[in-house]
Amino acid sequence: MKKLLLLGDEAIAQGAIDAGLSGVFAYPGTPSTEITEYIRASQEAKNKGIVAEWSANEKTAMETALGMSYAGKKAMVCMKHVGLNVAADAFMNAAITGSHGGLVVVSADDPSMHSSQNEQDSRFFGKFAQIPVLEPSNQQEAYNMTYYSFLLSEKLGTPVLMRITTRLAHSRSGVIRKEILPQNNLSLPSDLKQFVLLPSIARKQYNTLISKQRIFEQESTESGHNHFIEGKDKSMGIIACGISYNYLLENYTQQTIPYPVLKISQYPVEKTLVKKLYDEVESILILEEGYPILEELIRGLLDEGKKIKGRMDGTLPRTGELNPNYVAKALGMNYEEGYDIPKTLKARPPVLCDGCSHWDSYYALNEALEPYSKGRVLSDIGCYTLGALPPLNAINSCVDMGASITMAIGAAEAGLVPAVAVIGDSTFTHSGMTGLLDAVNRKVPITVMLLDNSTTAMTGGQDSPGFGHLESIIKGLGVEEEHIRIIKPLRRHHEENVAIIKEEISYNGVSVVIPRRECVQTLAKRMKLKHAKDKMQKESQSSKK
Amino acid sequence: MKKDIILAGVGGQGILTIATIIGMAALSEDLQLKQAEVHGMSQRGGDVQSHLRISSDPIASDLIPEGGADLIISVEPMEALRYFNMLNKKSGWLISSINPFKNIKDYPELEDILKEIWKLPRYVTLDADKMAREQGSIRGANIVVLGAASPYLGLKESSLKEAIKTLFGKKGQDLIDLNLKAFDAGKEFSLNSNS
Ligand SMILES: Cc1ncc(C[n+]2csc(CCOP(=O)(O)OP(=O)(O)O)c2C)c(N)n1
Ligand code: SF4
Repeated sequence: MKKLLLLGDEAIAQGAIDAGLSGVFAYPGTPSTEITEYIRASQEAKNKGIVAEWSANEKTAMETALGMSYAGKKAMVCMKHVGLNVAADAFMNAAITGSHGGLVVVSADDPSMHSSQNEQDSRFFGKFAQIPVLEPSNQQEAYNMTYYSFLLSEKLGTPVLMRITTRLAHSRSGVIRKEILPQNNLSLPSDLKQFVLLPSIARKQYNTLISKQRIFEQESTESGHNHFIEGKDKSMGIIACGISYNYLLENYTQQTIPYPVLKISQYPVEKTLVKKLYDEVESILILEEGYPILEELIRGLLDEGKKIKGRMDGTLPRTGELNPNYVAKALGMNYEEGYDIPKTLKARPPVLCDGCSHWDSYYALNEALEPYSKGRVLSDIGCYTLGALPPLNAINSCVDMGASITMAIGAAEAGLVPAVAVIGDSTFTHSGMTGLLDAVNRKVPITVMLLDNSTTAMTGGQDSPGFGHLESIIKGLGVEEEHIRIIKPLRRHHEENVAIIKEEISYNGVSVVIPRRECVQTLAKRMKLKHAKDKMQKESQSSKK
Repeated sequence: MKKDIILAGVGGQGILTIATIIGMAALSEDLQLKQAEVHGMSQRGGDVQSHLRISSDPIASDLIPEGGADLIISVEPMEALRYFNMLNKKSGWLISSINPFKNIKDYPELEDILKEIWKLPRYVTLDADKMAREQGSIRGANIVVLGAASPYLGLKESSLKEAIKTLFGKKGQDLIDLNLKAFDAGKEFSLNSNS
């Protein structure tokens, strides 16, 4: 079969399609976005009637996938690592209910925080939920392991977590497909109380989950995803998890690895494999992309066994993603360095696009706040977070999605009045609405700047779930109509916009100002598409003549 | 055959077009390929790079090791400097346009940037914007740079040109011709420059 050239994300998507997926649900987030985008764009998926939808947030996505699994079909939910925090309630409890149709949860981690607020390791979450975790090392494995995860999920009646990191998610390579499996028919769980987590049932279900732990371990070995590679030099053994295995191989392109190696791509890890390695070598080097999870386990609290090298003793950096050079150093190998980076080089941080509506919103907000002391703007996550950098210096926080409104409430209740929240349209429907309800119920004097560029811009312009009905949502939550103000963020409306923001800031209650203008990138994309369609239409008309 | 290539530029400059063309050409020659891209935050006008690895043997790492790049192809001169540490000192070539993309306040003098590049033993620097304009449109500047890099890619010129035709095929013959001319202009310049 012909190889497909796929991103790691796309390999997961194709693996799911070929395993008989019926639905994928997701909220966008780097580096996970391309999984769902691939399925949404796939003609094959369309022909098969696979549902591929953006949800309002990761929790709604997770629950929707769980519902599809309840109804007997194979479902997948995709998110970036911090999305799993949002979905955590559903995720943790789905481990207790177990699955019916195959259920795969994909969490894409971002070590080195290329596009994230933290570098949390989703394998920890898998352990927390006590479910199997897969960690592919390359694109082919990403495909194979997704496919396998659906089978495993159905065989053992458990959700399975697929963990990848940025490099694999966003790197392309050849992938060979497997036999295509059919979708499941609609069917309900044989026990209609399986998903009812009343304490009496939950206790039973939890015991079932605990009793499966040993089977999960055995599966990790029997699947072949964790395997032992013999080596003659017993002075050291190497455990390589996920993508770090590639960095190990990279250092041995000219020769075979002299040391015994344990390749790990599935958790929980069975003790026998680790023990075999431990017993035959003098020391162990542990390579993990992310937290030193296995390393901590193997060291134990007392760490009095054989010498262990890894992220915890400085052999490898404690934070950030690994690369071939860090691994070379850990192996005690020399490598040819390149040239020194010239001092002439300057940093080039990301900036808002030319013509972006957020510029005009911030210019107006900054001016409206001039009479007050600094530090009053609690903000959120999206393109507009770049307003924190010079020249705007417009915002004072960015913590987690939705935290702008709720932090502004807390600050206002502490006496910081006026306090302003700045939040994007997609972030608002993701996690801002509930906070706004709190503010309304308590009549907290905050002004919310709801930057409506009619898209989820940061992640590439996905549809914004509140598009077309933001005002009715806000009104429905109880914000007074006269304090919902729509403005046009354009330079020529600047004075007027400043005046409106000033008015609302001085109002002693909840007000929402909505600067509304489409993101110039999505606008350009839309125009290009329209142009292409018009052209096609014209051509087909003229060919008919 | 093995070529490790760093593609450099600024978010929005379209370095992925170059990566796609090289990738398509490599596949048509039955080579293996890995291509790490940048998506997300830095695409907003920040520095972006792509690690492109092509080889007749299996490729392990998605990232090129430091000091291991056979080629740095940069569509922006200052961005070329950012990856000096990646360049193979024994044999690596640096191909860069000299057309600055200034979206930061403290952008250095172009001369100072070029002085650093010209210290290297193997480089090609070219005014890709001007050359592209001469061929019909500044939009071909990326392809001029690709053309300039083409003698060092270890790929057949015909495979690269076929890839250009396929990639721009949907957009009409004019664009194909423009890009093929841009490619040739870059290649000619590169072959005649005696660094
Ligand atoms: C829990 C969580 N999910 C997803 C993301 C990724 N993410 C960051 S901002 C953003 C979208 C922001 O859209 P919007 O609020 O409309 O602002 P815009 O980028 O359009 O200005 C997303 C999806 C995240 N950081 N955290
Ligand atoms: S992508 Fe859209 S929202 Fe983001 S900076 Fe550019 S114009 Fe602004």
